[in-house]
Amino acid sequence: MKKETKRYILGYTILVLLLLFLMAASLFSGSVSFSPEEVIKVLTGAERGTTAANIILSIRLPRMLAAMVLGGGLAVSGYLLQTYFANPIAGPFVLGISSGAKLTVAMAMIFFLQRGIPLTSGALIISSFAGSMLSMGFILAVSPKVKRSSMLVVCGVMIGYICSGITDIAVTFADDSNIVNLHSWSMGSFSGIDSEDVKAFSPVIFICLGAAFLMSKQINAYRLGEVYAQSSGVNIKAFRVGLILVSSLLSAAVTAFAGPVSFVGIAVPHLIKKLFKTADPKLIIPAAFLGGGVFCLMCDLPARILFAPSELSISSVTALAGAPVVISIMAGRHREQ
Amino acid sequence: MQETVLTANDLAVGYGSEILIDNIRISLLPGEIVTLIGPNGAGKSTILKTISRQIKPLGGAVYIGKEELAAFKGEELAKKMSLLMTVRTDPELMTCREAVGAGRYPYTGRLGILSPEDKRAVAEAMELTDVSLLADRDISRISDGQRQRVMLARAICQEPKILVLDEPTSFLDIRHKLKLLDILRRLVREKGLAVIMSMHELDMAERISDHVICVGNNGIEGQGTPEEIFTKERITALYGIEKGSFEERFCTAELAPPTGEPRVFVIGGNGRGTGVFRRLQRLDIPFAAGVIHENDIDFPAAKALASRVISEKPFEPVSYENEQAARALIDSCEQVICSIDSFGSMNAANGRLRDYAEKQGKLRK
Repeated sequence: MKKETKRYILGYTILVLLLLFLMAASLFSGSVSFSPEEVIKVLTGAERGTTAANIILSIRLPRMLAAMVLGGGLAVSGYLLQTYFANPIAGPFVLGISSGAKLTVAMAMIFFLQRGIPLTSGALIISSFAGSMLSMGFILAVSPKVKRSSMLVVCGVMIGYICSGITDIAVTFADDSNIVNLHSWSMGSFSGIDSEDVKAFSPVIFICLGAAFLMSKQINAYRLGEVYAQSSGVNIKAFRVGLILVSSLLSAAVTAFAGPVSFVGIAVPHLIKKLFKTADPKLIIPAAFLGGGVFCLMCDLPARILFAPSELSISSVTALAGAPVVISIMAGRHREQ
Repeated sequence: MQETVLTANDLAVGYGSEILIDNIRISLLPGEIVTLIGPNGAGKSTILKTISRQIKPLGGAVYIGKEELAAFKGEELAKKMSLLMTVRTDPELMTCREAVGAGRYPYTGRLGILSPEDKRAVAEAMELTDVSLLADRDISRISDGQRQRVMLARAICQEPKILVLDEPTSFLDIRHKLKLLDILRRLVREKGLAVIMSMHELDMAERISDHVICVGNNGIEGQGTPEEIFTKERITALYGIEKGSFEERFCTAELAPPTGEPRVFVIGGNGRGTGVFRRLQRLDIPFAAGVIHENDIDFPAAKALASRVISEKPFEPVSYENEQAARALIDSCEQVICSIDSFGSMNAANGRLRDYAEKQGKLRK
């Protein structure tokens, strides 16, 4: 077997094992610990109606699935954006796309909840998508005007601040009862996600993942730059629209339920590329999805457990784990130039 | 009459709505190399970008075979035409083999997985451009010249009918310049490819091209065979050469001559004088040269660099008038350098001129 093939198999094996381990760990641990037998009993349906079953099925399981699927979605979204902007530190959070989504979701929540209308999961995703596209529109308008890719990131961070600022102001003026809810969400958190939510975002994320995977041929050609991609037959306009829609929808679905989660979109694709020693989209898109799940589960554990019963925001933990990766990318790039 | 593979009629090109050049007429035959020459910024790249559909024509139309360029689907066009442009590509973690493999895009399926046949085409193209040894190297960690050859392999393995190349020989060393041109000639001769490219190296352009188009600051300033185009007048006008000159016989450039009355007289011929002329030019010493036959290989450099040249018609012995004129110049010069040591019946006068200078004590070794 070729050396590369061995590496890819090894990479996937590591990711799957880590994922399984972390999935189990997030079900077992928490403010109340359960034994493996208890968890298995609950999952197989042998035990119903007990406190354990309640905690595991309605709190831990949805939360675990959310961290896994949404984390994976963020990582893929980040990878797509990095490809589009040919910039290794592009991602939904730094480009302000998550914050744009946060803004519109907060607005929608305040508007509807004050009138006593509950927001459905679908409505959440739609309003979040509108915000993503709003920020994306700004970034796309700015990107041809900035020569250096680092400036693009600066613009994105600024857009993020503007959106966060407006969100904070809106939250301040909202009713007290809503603020509590909004506050933890607007900092980024996997708490409070129920199985209904999981059923709502999973199809969106998986359809986007499939679409991204089917675009891997174009993405691969696009890596050599727009000119060569076009000359080898890529329909650039359609490709760009597709890439933008898929990456925005992915980060919108994540933000609608977990709020803005930082650095997953940058750190995970980078680590995955390092692990696989390639950036071939066919391999990296599925691997980034698995890696995003691993990364978020790993970060969600300390967020839940470390200071239980109070929780850390997921972004604080992902930032601690992800920001050093970004610094290492920047330093690595500088050295090469 | 062969059918053209690429035709442009009354084409106007430019960026946005601003027309840079119009009235462009191109007809490219299979098995032919057409080269665009001209000054920086005149629009060679703009023309190449237009005929490869990177930018829209601002007037007229481009035809691939009989069909209009705009009517082609992306992958259909990719099977007809491939590119080598000057854009720098810097993909992350991509091996040279992967980069070349990207040229197989129009032949692969939904996920772009290469078949054994595709892999063979990639390997052949890399062999052809002498980059097989780089296959597993990261493309962002090779030299510009190597990258140029990798991207040429990419263009070749796309198996097009037309190759569009923007300054393909820039960044290459002499070995690889020649190698690249040799590859182009082979593709054209053996596979009947048609090549249209831009080039700055006039000597190479003259030797490789079947047809040359002059893209000047005032639009297309003429086209024709290399013999028709590479004349001193045309090239000087096309590029607006001010300092130095274009030497048509070898298609090379000569630096500007020293100005002023000649201080040194150089007896040249048989190619021996050229080195001396160049040394004097570097020292900025104005000089005269003589008596040099017009078919001597010293003649072009003498004409370009000397303040005065006494020359004789080919195959004629040096005339009395020319010998006298040379004597007069020796009289007015401070020193005389004789670069030749053998004198035959045609240049016996040069031997007499050397003796004359020696008698005057002006002869320098």
